[in-house]
Amino acid sequence: MSLIELNKVCKTYDLGEVKVHALLETTLNIDKGEYVALLGPSGSGKSTLMNTLGCLDRPTSGSYLLDGAEVGSMSRNARAGIRNQHLGFVFQNFNLLNRTSALDNVELPLLYGSGMSRRDRRQRAREMLELVGLGERLDHHPGQLSGGQQQRVAIARSLVNAPSILMADEPTGNLDSKTSREVIDIFKRLNEENGITIIIVTHDLGVAKHARRILVLRDGLIQTDTQSFDEAFQSLHAMETD
Amino acid sequence: MVCLTHSLNHGSPNSHMDFLLTVSVAIRALGRNKMRAGLTVLGVVIGIAAVTTMVSIGSSAGQLVQNELQSFGTNFLFVSGKSERRNGVRQQSTPSLTESDAEAVSAELDSVLAVSPLVGTSKPVVRGNNNCQPNEMFGVGEQYLLIRAWKLQAGSFFSERDIQSGNRVCVIGHTIVRELFQTANPLGETIRVGNIPFTVVGILEKKGAGLTGQDQDNVLLLPFTTVKKRLHGSNFDDVHAIFVAAKSPGEVQTATREIELLLRDRHGIAPGAAADFEVHSSDEISKFMGTVTGIMTALLASIAGISLLVGGVGIMNIMLVSVTERTREIGIRMAVGARGRDILVQFLIESVVLSCFGGAIGMTLGVSASMGITAIINELSPGSDWPVIVSIPAAIVAMIFAAVVGMIFGLYPAWRASRLDPIDALRYE
Ligand SMILES: Nc1ncnc2c1ncn2[C@@H]1O[C@H](COP(=O)(O)OP(=O)(O)O)[C@@H](O)[C@H]1O
Ligand SMILES: [Mg+2]
Repeated sequence: MSLIELNKVCKTYDLGEVKVHALLETTLNIDKGEYVALLGPSGSGKSTLMNTLGCLDRPTSGSYLLDGAEVGSMSRNARAGIRNQHLGFVFQNFNLLNRTSALDNVELPLLYGSGMSRRDRRQRAREMLELVGLGERLDHHPGQLSGGQQQRVAIARSLVNAPSILMADEPTGNLDSKTSREVIDIFKRLNEENGITIIIVTHDLGVAKHARRILVLRDGLIQTDTQSFDEAFQSLHAMETD
Repeated sequence: MVCLTHSLNHGSPNSHMDFLLTVSVAIRALGRNKMRAGLTVLGVVIGIAAVTTMVSIGSSAGQLVQNELQSFGTNFLFVSGKSERRNGVRQQSTPSLTESDAEAVSAELDSVLAVSPLVGTSKPVVRGNNNCQPNEMFGVGEQYLLIRAWKLQAGSFFSERDIQSGNRVCVIGHTIVRELFQTANPLGETIRVGNIPFTVVGILEKKGAGLTGQDQDNVLLLPFTTVKKRLHGSNFDDVHAIFVAAKSPGEVQTATREIELLLRDRHGIAPGAAADFEVHSSDEISKFMGTVTGIMTALLASIAGISLLVGGVGIMNIMLVSVTERTREIGIRMAVGARGRDILVQFLIESVVLSCFGGAIGMTLGVSASMGITAIINELSPGSDWPVIVSIPAAIVAMIFAAVVGMIFGLYPAWRASRLDPIDALRYE
C-alpha cells in the first residue's frame, strides 16, 4: 500500500455556464519517502492536484486514499486534523500572518489540537526556526524579512507538527536563484536525512532536477511519469512546440 | 538535527486553542484599530451607561421614598373627610369628622396604638420684628408625635390639660427657631400666632429636607382645641383629619378596615353607600410607589433594550467587515489545521471582548453620571440629601448583558468566518 493512492480523481469547477475540468481521471501512487516534482504549463492543474493531495480541497469524483484513509468522504474537521497533524504546506506567496512575529507564525499549527503547553510550543517553534537557519530572527515580523527568509519561516511552520508529507506549490516562484537554491537545499535535506515525503510544484527545471521522480501535467492529465529528468524535459518541450 | 517524523494514523488529540491565548489574540486584533473599535462599541457604551445610571438613580429615589415613608412611620394611617364634586368643582372637604370620632377610634379599636385629631390653620407668626410662615401649622392631639415617629429636642409636648383647656402653648421646628429666635433660647418665650400670644414649650428634633427638598422643619404645632377655639373662633367639634398609628405595620390593614366599619356606623352610612370619609395608609402609598417604580423599570428596560440592540448591530457590522478583511488570515489558519469551530470561537471571543470593553466603559460612565446627577440634585435643592447608590448587581448584570450582546451579534459573522472554504480564503486578495 502506498502512502498516497489516487484513483480516477476528477476535479471540476462548475462556473454555471461552463464547467472547467481542472483534473481528468488522475490515477497516481506516491510512496513514503519519495521526492516528486510536478511540472506543467500554467493552467495544467498543478495547483488543483496539490490542493487535493493537501486535503485543502475535495475531489469531485474518484478516490483519494491517504495512508489508507479515504479523504473524499471525510468531514471538514477531519481534513483540518489531517492537515494539522500529517501534512506540511508551503505556498508560493508564503502565506504568513503579517503582523505577528516569525515565532508566532511557526507556533500557529501547534495552537490547533497539539495539546502542548505554551512553553513547549514556543520551544518547538524556536527549534524549527533554528533548523531553517533563522534562530536569530525569532521576533522579526514578515515585513522585516527578505523573501527567502519568509519562505524559510513558512517551511519551519510546515515542519512544526512533524508531518510525514511536505507539499510545496511553487515555493521558489517569488525568490531569486540564490535563495531558491537555499530553499531547495532544505527540502533535499529533509527528504534525505529525515525521510519526509516531498511533493513540489515548480516550473523551474533547476528545482525539478533534484527530484527523484517527475510528473508532467497537461490539461488536467498526467502526461509523463518518469525517473529521468531528460524524459521529463523532452515531454515538456514537446508541449511548448505543439 | 531535530526528530521530525512521526507516523500517520494516530488520532489527533482533541484539545482546542488556549482560551487566554484567544483572548489576547482578540485584544491585539482590536488594538490595531483602536478608533474603529471605539466607535463600534459606542452603542453598547451608551446602552450600558444608560442602564447603570437609571438603575442607580432609580434606587436612590426608591431609597429616598423608603426613608420618607419610614419617617412617617410604617404603621401610619390617616382619615380625611371626603372631598365632593359639586357642579364639577372640587369642594372643600365636608366637615364630617369630629373630635369624638377620634376618641371612639382610640377607645374602641384594639389594632390602634395612638390617635390624634388634626386641624390645619394658617396665620402669620411673629416675634418682635421677626415673622415667618410655617409650611405646616397644625392643631394636634397629645399623641401626634408618637404617630409621626418624631421626637422633641428640648422642652415638652402639650399635656392633656393643655388640650382640654385650650391653653396657648406651642411646639416649634428648627426653622422657626432660627427665623424668630436666632441664637436665643425659645423655651418659655412668647410668639404671636394670628396676633394671639403663645408660649413655646417644646422644640422638635431636626428632620432635614424631604423628598422634593421641602423644608420639614418649618413646623408649628398647637393644641387642636386652642386652634379651634382661639384661632378659628369655632365652637363645633369638627376636625380636618384624624391621624392614627396602628399597633404594628402588620396591623395597618386590620386597622384600616376597623376604622372604616366604626366610622360608617357612627356616621350612619348604609352598607354599600359611599362613605363621607377616606382612610389612607402608608401601605397604600408604598403600593403606589411600587407601581411608579414598575413603570420606571419598564421604561428603563426598553431604553436599555433599544440601545443594546443598536450597539449589537454596530458590533455585528464591524465583525462582518473584520471577517472580510481577514479572510486570508482565516484561510492561513485553516490551512494549518484550524477547524471551523476554532475560527468560530476566535471571532466570537473577539466580539465578546469588544462588547465587554464597551460595557466596561459604559459602566464607568454610568457610575460617574449617577454620582454626578445625585450631586447636582443635592446641590440644586439645598438640604435635600439623595443617597449615592452604585448598584453592584446592576453593574454585573449590565456586564453580562454586554457579553450576551457580543455573543449574539457576533455569532453570525463568526459563523460566516468558520464556513469559509480554505482555498477561496487563501486566494482572497
Ligand atoms: N476556483 C476555481 N474556479 C474555477 N476555475 C478554476 C479554479 N481554480 C482553478 N481553476 C481552473 O482550473 C485549471 C487548473 O488551474 P490550476 O490548478 O491553478 O493550474 P496551475 O496551478 O497548473 O497553473 C485552470 O484552467 C484554472 O483556470
Ligand atoms: Mg498554480
